[in-house]
Amino acid sequence: MNVIQTLRGIFLTDFLSAFVLGIKEMFRRKATVNYPFEKNPISPRFRGEHALRRYPNGEERCIACKLCEAICPAQAITIEAEPREDGSRRTTRYDIDMVKCIYCGFCQEACPVDAIVEGPNFEFATETREELYYDKERLLSNGDRWERLIAKNLEQDAPYR
Amino acid sequence: MSGLIENNGLLLGWLLVIGQILLFTIVLLLSLAFLLLMDRKVWAGVMMRKGPNVVGPFGLFQSFADFGKFLLKEIIIPAGANKTVFLLAPILSLTLAFGAWAAIPVAPGWVVADLNVGILYLFAVSSLGVYGIIMGGWASNSKYPFLGSLRSAAQMVSYEVSIGLIIVTVILLAGSMNLSDIVNNQQGGFWTWHLFSFNHVLMFPIMVVMFVMFYISALAETNRPPFDLPEAESELVAGYQVEYSSTPYLLFMIGEYLNIVLMCAMMAILFLGGWHGPVALGSEFVGLFPAWIVNLGHLAWFMAKVVFIFFLFALTKAVVPRYRYDQLMRLGWKIFLPTALVCVVLVGGYVVYAGVQS
Repeated sequence: MNVIQTLRGIFLTDFLSAFVLGIKEMFRRKATVNYPFEKNPISPRFRGEHALRRYPNGEERCIACKLCEAICPAQAITIEAEPREDGSRRTTRYDIDMVKCIYCGFCQEACPVDAIVEGPNFEFATETREELYYDKERLLSNGDRWERLIAKNLEQDAPYR
Repeated sequence: MSGLIENNGLLLGWLLVIGQILLFTIVLLLSLAFLLLMDRKVWAGVMMRKGPNVVGPFGLFQSFADFGKFLLKEIIIPAGANKTVFLLAPILSLTLAFGAWAAIPVAPGWVVADLNVGILYLFAVSSLGVYGIIMGGWASNSKYPFLGSLRSAAQMVSYEVSIGLIIVTVILLAGSMNLSDIVNNQQGGFWTWHLFSFNHVLMFPIMVVMFVMFYISALAETNRPPFDLPEAESELVAGYQVEYSSTPYLLFMIGEYLNIVLMCAMMAILFLGGWHGPVALGSEFVGLFPAWIVNLGHLAWFMAKVVFIFFLFALTKAVVPRYRYDQLMRLGWKIFLPTALVCVVLVGGYVVYAGVQS
């Protein structure tokens, strides 16, 4: 066994220097973000809570092509569709099981009309599991609420797509 | 405090005794709440975090919020558990931790039970603490708690041996097993504290080694990092506490922290001069104040020392990695035990030939 190492063990030099280092660290600037009061900036590509968007005239974008349903790796999306009175194809049911969802973003990649997107909101914890089974109404209202941010994020991200 | 029953009659005496115990317990628990917060704050500080800072100013009331949370949660008793033993274990753990505090003198005369074998009592009661852990681990009827409690038992038993021998050196120097006498043996200034013992210059290096060894053994004895093998998160989840929830878990945790603070108090009493300040004030100055104010000053010194050692405990938790089990046993049996034995012989020889004690 190395003599110097043994001596260092006996006199606890490593231990003491760790103490000094620990005390030094205490006076450094804290890295903490006071989360509910402060938040970190998030990327425009951030994949948070889902939303269904509308066109500026209020018409919903989704054309029920079911590409998102097909690509969803967690099979969290359920879509049913039939022609509307005016002859356009629209969904009658658009459900996302947020418990199953893995937030991979494939649905927004697959969508040809930018209808389903993952917005910047990540604070949608609920008290019961049922509240996380999102239906079309909930998704559309999400879209209405977050539209401005979503549009801005899509615009910022557009050059890289 | 002795003489209460004799001086005040049976009924009033008993009431006063119970009142004292209650007061002591409440003050102890309150200071424990803030020590717990300090533990977390120090730990956070070393990691460049802020630690709990939401409940109350600077997070001062975090422990009370946690307390409320623990009380309100559901008590889950595993299906295969032995219900009686399962619930008895944390109660035993807490009771023993509180019981040990009875013999701790916090200021001259301010002690619940001034035993003349106080240190033996402390040693015995803190050794019994391992039963709470074994019972908890066994009664859970689960793998991790069982392994954790076995580890804990082996670890506490091994380090108790070296702690015992270290205490013997202090007893030899002080010539008494009464904790108040041990503290009074160190009065006069920091140079007479057992840690430095400049009044017995030859003993200085030995007592420093004893102090460091007591500190490390106390870490092992209370299952603190780097010796937290019974609760090693990465291996055993939480050791013997895995199956515990809510109030039983709270009792375990309070018991554990009481033991840690008890160890800090023991180090303050045995090595750092207990309630004596680093420089003795002249009796002309001290005489200006009523006795209870002087005692409060002594209490403040005692608490300051306990808090300082607790700070070192907390810092250790933050800066050191965990020991491997064989290294732990090697350190305990092959290094600490022989060193402590040799030191007992040296101190004993010094005490006999230098005639320190009559």
